[in-house]
Amino acid sequence: MADNNAANPAPAAIEVRDLSIGYGSRVVLDNLNFRIEPGQIVTILGGSGCGKSTLLKHIIGLYKPLRGDILINGRSIVTADEQEKRSIMSEFGVAYQGGALFRSLNLAENIALPMEELTNWTRAEIRKRVSEKLALVHLNGFEKYMPSDLSGGMIKRAAFARALALDPKLLFFDEPSAGLDPLTSDMLDKVILEIREKTHATIMMVTHELPSIFRVSDRVIMLSAEKKGIVDDGSPAYLRDHSADEYVRTFLSRGGTYKSNSTEPDHA
Amino acid sequence: MKNPADSIIQCGDMAFQLKDEVVSLISFVGDVTAALWEGIRHPKRLRWKDFLFYMNTCGPDGVPITIMISALMGVVLAYQAEVQSHKYGADNFLPMVIGCTILRELGPLMVAIVATGRSGSAFAAEIGTMKISEELDALRTMGIRPTRFLVVPKMWAMLFMLPLLTVIGDFVGCAGGYMVMRSELGMPLDVFLRLTRQGVAVKYFIEGVLKSVVFAYIITMTGCWRGFRTGSDAIAVGRSTTSAVVTSILFIVLTDAFLAKLFTVFYGWQG
Repeated sequence: MADNNAANPAPAAIEVRDLSIGYGSRVVLDNLNFRIEPGQIVTILGGSGCGKSTLLKHIIGLYKPLRGDILINGRSIVTADEQEKRSIMSEFGVAYQGGALFRSLNLAENIALPMEELTNWTRAEIRKRVSEKLALVHLNGFEKYMPSDLSGGMIKRAAFARALALDPKLLFFDEPSAGLDPLTSDMLDKVILEIREKTHATIMMVTHELPSIFRVSDRVIMLSAEKKGIVDDGSPAYLRDHSADEYVRTFLSRGGTYKSNSTEPDHA
Repeated sequence: MKNPADSIIQCGDMAFQLKDEVVSLISFVGDVTAALWEGIRHPKRLRWKDFLFYMNTCGPDGVPITIMISALMGVVLAYQAEVQSHKYGADNFLPMVIGCTILRELGPLMVAIVATGRSGSAFAAEIGTMKISEELDALRTMGIRPTRFLVVPKMWAMLFMLPLLTVIGDFVGCAGGYMVMRSELGMPLDVFLRLTRQGVAVKYFIEGVLKSVVFAYIITMTGCWRGFRTGSDAIAVGRSTTSAVVTSILFIVLTDAFLAKLFTVFYGWQG
């Protein structure tokens, strides 16, 4: 496993230190340590129930960990007071599994919401930015559509657009291609790569869609429910072919021989 | 046979659960009150579109059921009172009894109970569904306080509309009472109005309206709080909705009892 905790003077986009998470007294993941450098696309991978989404929700500040610390661009989201937490949260965008679009608002209003609530931008400026974000996810012309009128893939792309509303440098995608057909899933992967190319954002995804992982991820952090922690960490193709852990090799081999986005042995 | 130790453990669990509920409610009331105060200081930050939407759903949409329930309540009250008072030849007191009872107690109480069933449960269901579909998480991670975004427009809408519904309920309830007086005793309208004016002070009407403001606060607070406390399983929203109605009615009746005593002390025993 790569050592991700080597001394690095620049703050990582995300740094997890000695993190233990769980519910009540039940520990789900114990003593996690990793860093995610700016500009990487990193996937948190693991079997069902291993705590992937729970880890994501801790990193974005929705849950308090049992122990340890999480630094977002060098600032702790665990010890921050409410005001500072909101300030840290304004630095990232999150696209949830089901989209989490507000059903009483149309698409344009959904994307404009964080701009209206958190900035002093004029209406004209907000309209312009909403159009830009919709263009980025290929949804121009759908401004007036309500979430209930959109397909699953369109909802996911709209959620990406809303996550991008305030031009964050850090994006979190929870199961972006879950429940979508392969073609729509392909399209979403292209959108994710385009977002990275145009915004240079750091992207952290939680998914177990292996084709998507091989297409977009620079690096995979593999979790195990049995070991309650990280079992391996590296580029998807490298882990599939060379991981010391048989579980990791088997898991990633189920994705076939997809060509990895990354040719590096280890991006950590 | 049940082990006594299990019962003690069960009692302990219930006590902890109750403590959690109380702490959560107090914290929620504080959060919402702070958000309301922020709204007063910065009215531009109120979501006016949502406010108008909830004004419509809490107010005009609830008028037909309010009219029906209030009118029937007036009719039932008048029939029951008439049977008793007729025995003692006290028919002339009936308009006063009907007016006082409806304006001070039954009007605000029944309208609040109807509003709990309509709006309080809807608030709980709406927020509960948003919680399950991660919309509340989305608000939090955008740095937007869900209470300001979701509760404040509902609260202002209820604070404006419930007193208006109560005024309608008072009027229709008294009209229902008059229909019985007219049909059973042949009492003319001018006599009914004169006797009502003699026995019913304006302060009773104001008391009822003030109560409705407090009830509006309770209904919105309880409905939204239960929505925020919704669990994540399939029946969680249904449970929150039921719980919102039951808790809200309990709080309304308790508050009504407290306010009844408070106003009686305030007026003095002369009324």
